[in-house]
Order: sequence, then structure tokens, then C-alpha cells
Amino acid sequence: MTAAIEVRAVEKRFGNVGIIRDLNLSVAKGERHAIIGPNGAGKSTTFNLISGHIAPTSGEVKLNGDLISGLQPFEINRRGLSRSFQVTNVFARMTVWENVRCAVLWATGHRYAFWKNVDSLPEVRERTAQILDDIHLTHRRDVPAGLLTYAEQRELEIGITIASGATVVMLDEPTAGMSNAETERAVALIRRLTEGKTLVIVEHDMSVVFGLADRISVLVYGHIIASGTPEEIRRDPKVKEAYLGEEAH
Amino acid sequence: MLELIVISTLNGVLFGMLLFLLSSGLTVIFSMMGVLNFAHASFYMLGAFFGFQLTKWIGFWPALVLAPLLVGAIGMAVERYGLRNTHKHGHVAELLLTFGLAFAIEEIVSMIWGKSPLDYRVPALLDFPAFTIFSTNYPAYKLFMLAVSVIIFVALLIVLKRTRVGLIVQAALTHPHMVGHLGHNVGRVFMAVFGVGSALAALAGVIAGPALVTQSDMAAALGPILFVVIVFGGLGSLPGAFIASLVIGLVQTFAVALDGSLASAFGPLDPAAGPSVLTDIWNVTIAQVAPIVPYMLLVIILIVRPMGLMGTRES
Amino acid sequence: MTTAATSTTKVGADAAGGGLRFYGVWLIGIVVLIVLPMIFSSGGSLTSFSLIGIAIVFALSYNILLGQTGLLSFGHAVHYGLGGFAACHMMNAVVSHGWPIPLPFIPLFGGIGGLVFAMIIGWVMTKRAGTVFAMISLGIGELVASSSLILRSVFGGESGITTDRTALPKLLGWSFGPQLQVYYLIAFWLVLSAIAMYALTRTPLGRISNAVRDNPERVQFIGYDPHVVRYLAYCFAGFFAGVAGGLTAINFEIANSALLGAIQSGLVLFSTFIGGTAFFFGPILGAILVTYLQLGLTNLTTAWQLYFGIIFIGIVMYAPGGIAGLLMMHRPLIRAGTLWTVIPSYLVAIVPTIALACGVILTIETVARFSGGDAINLFGIAFNPTSPVTWIAAAVLVVGGAFVARLTWRRIAEAWDRAATVARDRGYLA
Repeated sequence: MTAAIEVRAVEKRFGNVGIIRDLNLSVAKGERHAIIGPNGAGKSTTFNLISGHIAPTSGEVKLNGDLISGLQPFEINRRGLSRSFQVTNVFARMTVWENVRCAVLWATGHRYAFWKNVDSLPEVRERTAQILDDIHLTHRRDVPAGLLTYAEQRELEIGITIASGATVVMLDEPTAGMSNAETERAVALIRRLTEGKTLVIVEHDMSVVFGLADRISVLVYGHIIASGTPEEIRRDPKVKEAYLGEEAH
Repeated sequence: MLELIVISTLNGVLFGMLLFLLSSGLTVIFSMMGVLNFAHASFYMLGAFFGFQLTKWIGFWPALVLAPLLVGAIGMAVERYGLRNTHKHGHVAELLLTFGLAFAIEEIVSMIWGKSPLDYRVPALLDFPAFTIFSTNYPAYKLFMLAVSVIIFVALLIVLKRTRVGLIVQAALTHPHMVGHLGHNVGRVFMAVFGVGSALAALAGVIAGPALVTQSDMAAALGPILFVVIVFGGLGSLPGAFIASLVIGLVQTFAVALDGSLASAFGPLDPAAGPSVLTDIWNVTIAQVAPIVPYMLLVIILIVRPMGLMGTRES
Repeated sequence: MTTAATSTTKVGADAAGGGLRFYGVWLIGIVVLIVLPMIFSSGGSLTSFSLIGIAIVFALSYNILLGQTGLLSFGHAVHYGLGGFAACHMMNAVVSHGWPIPLPFIPLFGGIGGLVFAMIIGWVMTKRAGTVFAMISLGIGELVASSSLILRSVFGGESGITTDRTALPKLLGWSFGPQLQVYYLIAFWLVLSAIAMYALTRTPLGRISNAVRDNPERVQFIGYDPHVVRYLAYCFAGFFAGVAGGLTAINFEIANSALLGAIQSGLVLFSTFIGGTAFFFGPILGAILVTYLQLGLTNLTTAWQLYFGIIFIGIVMYAPGGIAGLLMMHRPLIRAGTLWTVIPSYLVAIVPTIALACGVILTIETVARFSGGDAINLFGIAFNPTSPVTWIAAAVLVVGGAFVARLTWRRIAEAWDRAATVARDRGYLA
């Protein structure tokens, strides 16, 4: 079976500085894969490289066996990979409903249509309503996204990301800045919404990581030092030294 | 022909240096504050008109100093009371503010001084031919203009390379998002940069006024060319702005001086064909095309190299 | 949680009555357009209405860029002017070839003229948004305006291209000689274009344009290429600007290079922004106001453009939502029933604000008329621009007015905060 995401020997340099060096990562279909690592290890850069936000200096990225490195973000998205952002990245002046609906439009095949009334597309309406219900924002549907609370914006961020029905979902620190109760809610939400999909998640909160992930990769200084099940990662001496050890101090 | 080349090169470099006096300020302001100052050419115009008025009252030399100072003060006031309050609404609002300002300044100038060209004379001290090449007398005043622009250029270089403020400006050029971390005096730095930029534009106006035409539409005529210069050179790049200023200065000066057309090169078209777009293009002289040359360069660079000559930034 | 629940029910109730009210507004608009010339039938008002109608189409087309897609263009008149030339050439061609195309179809060809140029130049222009797009649009505007003087066979040089609208085939016996018939033709195209442009905002493309305006980066991660979105929006804006240009060509029976110049581009920006870009009806208000002021002020003062500049700067600095934004701010207060708490502070502010405005007007007119010496007539009071009494009056009004007005404006802000808090508590304001 081909992997959902296959990263092979990817390097990224900014000028003379190598941010990512010899990055290899394989995420199987249907797997929930967490990437952890200390601050500045290159986790967000890895996300940006896979999702096409930046192009790798060398190496290749494959999505379901197809080469996607070098493609534009929207081309990668159309092939079924969707990502969220660490810093909330919504459409601030548009309502919650509009935010989610925009994310539904391409996947439902309406693309750049200028001859259809967007309000009378039943499948778009149903799917948008379903997602709003899923992320518990139905009661806020007519509020401009910029006026939501922080936790609500994070939920909307997840909603936009999954709205297209992508089979590979990448979430960049979805619970950052949330209270304990909010985090718990968000984890339950993520677990439910990514059922049957491939999930790649970057997270700082170890309870979230070990509770959610099937497999974990540890990224240190732009290089993956270990990859395995939560149990294997917990026992790995290299990981203890480089990462978990620091936490324990 | 050689005469034309020498004279046009001199004039072209002169025009290019004037453009750089303006585009350098515009570039630095854009890099540091993210504001494209639409009113920059208006400060140039104010410089020319203040220069004219002050020359009438107190003579050219005091005016040369005083007019840029006055305009610099106006620029600082615009930054302090206008842009700083508009900043929260985003860069488009700031751009619109300076657009409205440019419009208002043009109206105020034509209200006070009228719409026709002013009789802004070269000071008597410099009103003589500096040298004669072939049969053309080259005016001393133009050499003076060139000297002033070169002196300012060198002074700018020294300030940029040797002073603390210069280092801040340089840092801002390469890392624009770092400007916010300058600390509590960021407001004062912005005000100073805006003031100096406006004053430089005004200085260009004072010295260009007698040589070119001092008229209330001079800002509207020069402003778009200025934008071409900084897009062509690459937004936020001072070396780019310098090269682009000279290129556009030279190209336009040469274009104005050349009288040739396709008809003069290849002979007239068959008159039986009647007037058409082709005959328009065939018969137009290079001099007539001169006004659109900078914009054609703009379109070409956008297709070939959208970031501009020396630009590194996407936006 | 209770506030949230109440707000949902209120929104639901709105949606039910909303449809009726929505069509009602459009119907009233159409009725007003039909009845207007019957009430104000003088030649002068017909001319004004025609110009306003054209200005509305033009401003709405501009708002496809600025308000819907977030593209600030300084060269939108290029499409307006090219539409005008296309319409003129088409009219002359119809007459000389004897084609059976009556006048009411001509604006369509104006639109095609604007569209074709947008399709050619738009792809390069919309590569980048923001400030860079603004500068490029200015450059392209200058390029086209200057080129139009060189290509004399197409643009007719300084004098332009003339045409005769009555020479075209008649439609239902209408010759379109009288201004009244031209007015109805413009009104027809105004309604048609406004409906089309409104409908555009409700299509997938329209909504994605809004998304590109708000956050072009994120749009890429929901499957869309922002460049394509900007390009399509640019083409639509070009088409409707061309329609407006075609209407102008019919109205004046001439197209010249002034139509595509920087002044027209600036005016449409003023109209749209002063009216307000965030609401569909904003540019309509702006176009009415700016055209009306333009027509009215030119007779009263030589400095009329300066007043535009000042109004524009004031709007940019203090009310970036424009007139529509100011009006719509009050909607949640009206619904929450707290508007009455704000009104007294408005009434208090009126007097010093008017005093300040009079002071500014007096100052401007004093400067403008100083050399000519014409008297200034302000609300029936004559002021002599060369007399120190006028100068002192102007200074007192400006300084005193500004001082008192600022105090009253602060009171408005405080009253607003209180009213908005109440409205928020009642669930009418997010």
C-alpha cells in the first residue's frame, strides 16, 4: 500500500542556513501521526514544505504516490491535502458561515462559477451546515470571523481545514493557547472529524500527542531522529535525551 | 550625432539624479512604514512653489535651504497627525490618505498660484553657459543641479553607512517586519524619516523648478513616473531605485531628443492604404512616444521579472 | 448561552421577512427611476440624472475591485474610456454598414470593449495585489491615456471620436434624440447592470473574491488560485466599466481621451470610497453625492475639487466605512432600541461641527478669491475676501469650532460605547 504522505530526503535552505536537512517521513493511510520537537526544530517549516507553502531546495514529497513537491498550494489542496495554521488564519470580515462555505465550494465542484447563486446550492448548504454543527459554531453562524473568541476561531480554523473533505488533514498546533477544558473539547473534535482520514498533527501538549497519535515522529534541528508508536518513542533513548529529557527537568 | 549623445547623456543623468532624490525617499518610507506615499511628488511640487515664492521674498540661496525645511515640517505633520491615525485601518487606507492629500495639495497650489506656469528664473549668479560643446551652450545651472544631487547622494550614502539612524534604515530595508521591534522611539524614527524624505523631494523641486516647468500639474506628471522607477528597480531596494532612476532618466531624455520614426527609417507607407493604426505607428516619432516609454518599460519588467530589477520581496 | 439562543431566533425571523424586503428595495429603486423624470422634468435635472446613473454603474464596477476583491486601482477609467470608444466606433459602424442594431444594445459593445482590454492586460496586472497592484494600475492608466493621443486613427487625437446616436435604427419608435429617452436608456442599463453586479456578489466567484480580499494566503489552501480569482474579478469590473463608458458615449455622442484619464480614475475612487465599499449600496450613495456635488459646486466655487479632497481625507481618516458604513453602524442600535440614547449627543455636536465647516469653507474661499476680490456668499451673508474681518471670522470659526466640536465628538463616542454595550448585551451586536 502506498503511503498517504511520503517525504524523501527533503532539504530546505534559506540562504546558507539549512532549516531542514535530510528529512524522511512516511505517513500511512488512515494513520494519526504527530510531529513533535523542541521550539525551532522546523515543525512548521515541515508543514509548509508538504503543503506547498514553500518549495523544498531538494528532495521530494509524494501524496498518495504522486509527486507534489514544487506544486502550488492550491494544486496540492485539490489533490486531497488540507492544512490548518498555527496562527489563526481565517477570513476575518466574512461570517462564520461564509468562511466554511468558501472552503466547501471547490470540493463540491463549483470552482470559479459566476452563473450560480451560491445560496441555492443544496449540497453546499448541507455540507456547510453539517460542518458548523460538527465544530459547534451553528449558533455563531452570522458573526464575522474576526469577532469570534480565540477558542472559537481555532475551531473555525479546523472547520475550514476539514470542509473540503480532504483525505489527508494536517493540523498545526490546533490547541495552542487553549485552556484545559477547551483543549479537551478540541481533541474530541479532532478525533471525531478525522475518523477514517489521515491526520498529521504538530502539537506541544504531550497529553494531546500521546492520547491522539498512532505514530509519532520527533524532529530536532530539521532532522527526524525517531519515528514510531507512542510506546517506542517513550522508550527511545535518543528522544529522551533530545526532547523528553528536557521536559522532565 | 555625437553632440546629441553627449548633451542627452548629461541631461539624462541629471534627470535620473533628480528622480533618485525623489525615489530614494519614497523607497525608504515604503520599506520602513509600508506606506506608498502618493503625495511624494506633491512635496516635490511644494518645494518648487515654495522655492519660487521664497526666492521672490528673500532670494534663491536662502530659499534653497528654507523651502525644503518647510516642506519637511509639513511632511512630519502629515506623518504625525495623518498617517499615524490611519495606520490602524491598514496600508490601503494610508495609501488612500496620501492620494487624497496629493489631490488636495494640487488644488491648493493651483488656488494660490494659478494653473499657468510660473516665471521661476535661474539665479543670476548661475545664469551663464558653463561650457560649449560643438555648438550647444551647456548652462551652468544644470551643472549646479547635478552637483547638488551628487552631494545629496554622497551625503545619503554616508548617513546610511556610518550613522545609527542609517543602520536602522538599512535593517528596515532588509527585514521590514523587524521595524516594530525598534522600541519606544519608533514613532519618532518614522516621523524623522518621513520628514527627511519630504525635504529631499522638496529640494529636488527647488532646484528643478527653474530648469523645468513650475506648474500646478507637475506633481501629477511626475508621480506616476516615480512609481514606475520604484517598481522597475524593485520595491524596497535603494540600489534598484538608483539604477532605475538613471535608466529611466536616460531613456526618456534620449527618446525626447530623437526625431526619427519608422517612416523616416524605412520610407513612407503606401498612401493608398489610408489612415490606420499602422500608419499612426509608422509615422509617430520617437520623441512623441517618449511620455509612454517609462510605462512600456514597466509592463515589460512585470512580464519578465515581476519583482523588479533588484527586488527580492514578493510584496 | 441565552443571548446566543435569542440572537439565533432573531436572525431566523429576519430571513423570513428578508426576501420580501429585499425585492421591495429593488422594486422601489426601479419605480423611483421611472417616476423621477416626471417630477423633475427640466432639461438640467434630466442631464444630472443621466450623469448620476452612469456614475453609479461606473462606481459599482469599481467596487467589484476595491470592495469585493480588495484591489485598489488607480486606473479604472481605462476600461470606462475604452468602452466609450468601442461604443462610438460601433455606433458609427452600425450607421455606415446599415446593421440592424438599435441604440439600446450599444452599451453591450462598450462593455465588450472594456472586457477585452481587461482580459489582455489583467493577467499581468493581477499577479500581485495590494500596493503593487495599485502602482501598476496607475502605470497602465498613464500608458493607455498617453497612447490614445498617439493612435489618432482609433482615438481621434485631442478632439476624440464623434457619433450621432439618432442615426441608428429606431426601436419601438424611439429615436433617442430627446434627453428623456436617453435617460430611460441609461436607467434601463443601470438597473440591468446593478442587478447583474449584485448577483455576481452572490455567486461562488463573488464569495471567493471576498475571501481573497480578506486573506489571499489562506485561499490557496482551500483549493483556489488567488491570481485567477483576481483576474476574473478584474475582467468583470472591466466589463461593467465599459458599459458605463458606452452609456457616456451615447449621452455625449463623443468619446475622447479625457474619458480614460487619471481624473476619471480618481473620481470613481472618490465616489466609491466616500459612499462606502463594504456594502453593495455604498458606491451608489457615493456616486450620487459626488456627481451631485460636482455639478452643483462647479457653479459656486472654483475650488470645488479641493472640497472633494477634504471630504475624502476626512472619510479615510475618520470613517473608512464611508457613508454606508456610518449608516449601517446604527442598525444594531435601532434593532436593540438604544438609538435614542445617542441622538442627543448628535444634536449637541451639530452646531460646533457646522461652525467648523463654515470656517473651513470661508478660509478656502478667502484664499481662492483673494486676488479676484469676488464676495463670498455663505448662507446669505456676504464676506469680502480682502477684509481682515473675514479673516478673523474664519479663524474664530475654525479654531473655536474645532475646539468645541472635538469635545462634542468625544461625547458622541461615549454615548456610542454605552449604546453598543447595551445592544451587545441584547444580542444584536457581535
